[in-house]
Amino acid sequence: MSATLLKVDNLSCRFGGLWANRDVSFSVEQGAIMGLIGPNGAGKSTLFAMVAGAQRPTAGRLHFDGRDVTGWPPHAAARAGVGRTFQLMRVFGSMSVLDNLTTASFVRHSRLRDARRRAREVAELAGLVPVLDSPAASLTAAWKKRLEMGRALATDPKLLLLDEVLSGLTPTEAREAVEIVRTINRGGVTILMVEHVMEVIMPLCHRLVVLHYGQKISEGAPEQVAHDPAVVEAYLGKAL
Amino acid sequence: MSAPTVLHRPSPARLRAFPVRRLPSWTTAVVIVAALAAYPLVFADSAAHNIGILALTFGIAATGWNLLGGYAGQVSFGHALYFGTGAYTTALLVRDGWSPWLAIALSLPLAALFAAAVGWPCFRLRHHYYSIATIAVAEIVFILVTNLPGLGQANGWELPVVEPSLANLQFSLLDKRPYYYVALGFFCVAALAVWLFLRGRAGNYVRAIRDDQVAAAAVGIDVHRYKLAAAALSGAITALAGGFYVMYVLFVDPPSGLGLDLSVSFTLMAVLGGVGRFWGPLLGAWVLVFVQDLTRQEFSGSGRSVDLLLYGALIVLVSITEPGGLLAILQRLWAPVARRLGRASRTETDPEPVESAEVKA
Repeated sequence: MSATLLKVDNLSCRFGGLWANRDVSFSVEQGAIMGLIGPNGAGKSTLFAMVAGAQRPTAGRLHFDGRDVTGWPPHAAARAGVGRTFQLMRVFGSMSVLDNLTTASFVRHSRLRDARRRAREVAELAGLVPVLDSPAASLTAAWKKRLEMGRALATDPKLLLLDEVLSGLTPTEAREAVEIVRTINRGGVTILMVEHVMEVIMPLCHRLVVLHYGQKISEGAPEQVAHDPAVVEAYLGKAL
Repeated sequence: MSAPTVLHRPSPARLRAFPVRRLPSWTTAVVIVAALAAYPLVFADSAAHNIGILALTFGIAATGWNLLGGYAGQVSFGHALYFGTGAYTTALLVRDGWSPWLAIALSLPLAALFAAAVGWPCFRLRHHYYSIATIAVAEIVFILVTNLPGLGQANGWELPVVEPSLANLQFSLLDKRPYYYVALGFFCVAALAVWLFLRGRAGNYVRAIRDDQVAAAAVGIDVHRYKLAAAALSGAITALAGGFYVMYVLFVDPPSGLGLDLSVSFTLMAVLGGVGRFWGPLLGAWVLVFVQDLTRQEFSGSGRSVDLLLYGALIVLVSITEPGGLLAILQRLWAPVARRLGRASRTETDPEPVESAEVKA
């Protein structure tokens, strides 16, 4: 059960003179909830984009499910089993919530009936049933985040990339979202999440990777990472 | 799982602002086709038949345009290229003694191939950059056909008048109804093809691409491939219109088969009728052809630009009042009637609160 699902191997990404990521290495075990944290501009989103195929790495390798997938296109990533959400919500606005989910589940089911059945199951799991027929563009931010999660889940991913699905939610909404994440994980989906809300991520994640200025500065269990002097320094600065 | 606490069910007013469009039902299709079939019997004069034939022909082209421009969101201003492919292929083959049916059928895959070939580089561009590129490609073809020997140059091609029969796709000029019904048949074929494409996975995929390309790729959609597929079918349908058009007027030259104003008119028909709505382009085509005919009578000779002026004013009016086109306006007018009808039938069977009907509308 503890096979490696995702292996990030010396991954780097450079934009002109700026290294958004530099020699980042870590692996995600199957079934884990892995957290990716770091101050603003640490390179979390770029790393996410590279794993999801939306950004081509400048150097380094990426292995998913035993295959070298460095520089793959995003639709290939989705088909191989990488589901992702977007930090700035990107729902299919003109379509109903059900159609959003159905579109995503078409990647595993070629027939409309099967895709729609899977979409309804996911809606149940992600708590989207009350808005199933609403146009996605009319949803509030909280619902859109939930739809983002549901849509990624509807592609039946092995690895789910959650990009700040908890930020901007009220405490109650965030608690509910955490429950959804736990439920998804119990269903056998490995999760890699970027998050800012520390009090949420600490009890939720099994392991954390900390990025700072594009480089990995710490990795380990949440407790361990929280007391790492390098992490404390990155967030709060050096003691005088 | 409970719902987020800040729960806003969209109100009916907001629903109207973000309509979820569904594909038409068989009932709607049957009613529309029946009305179209009855048209030449109700309006018996030849001029009305001519309007109907042109409206259906351009309705086919605009419906084809709508698949790519409306549903897939790739606004092309180069569809005259595919219309011209249909017209020129048919004209050349029929002059060589081919059956027009076979010639039209052959022009469809050719246009699909052209559409894919144009899309291959142009779909790398997004939004209006794509639109501009399609104008350029179509204009290049226009100039090439006008100047290169072997394709008729500026003189175009005339088709020989042969014995009227269904096999020859030529009919007596005294009674244009056979042309009308052939056009209606072609329209049904085109509409069915679009409907079949949109119904399943491909339809969901192209709408997702229109809404958000990045998110579409993230759920496993090969964006480029599905754009090409939509372009190919769209091009083939537009070629069908071109092939039939040349058999009706028995003449094609660069302005009438490949002109930019042709491309623009397909776009405008779809926009006027209702872009991204199934029957929108057909409605737009009827209105445009009718307006054109009216201005031709009123301002004979120089009608060519006056009809465009009128049409432009119509477009401005529609886009200000209802971006969903004439079809959306009609639906808005129809909604209270439907509500009243629904209410009437409900009070007959089982009385229910009125609010629920309003939410559904």
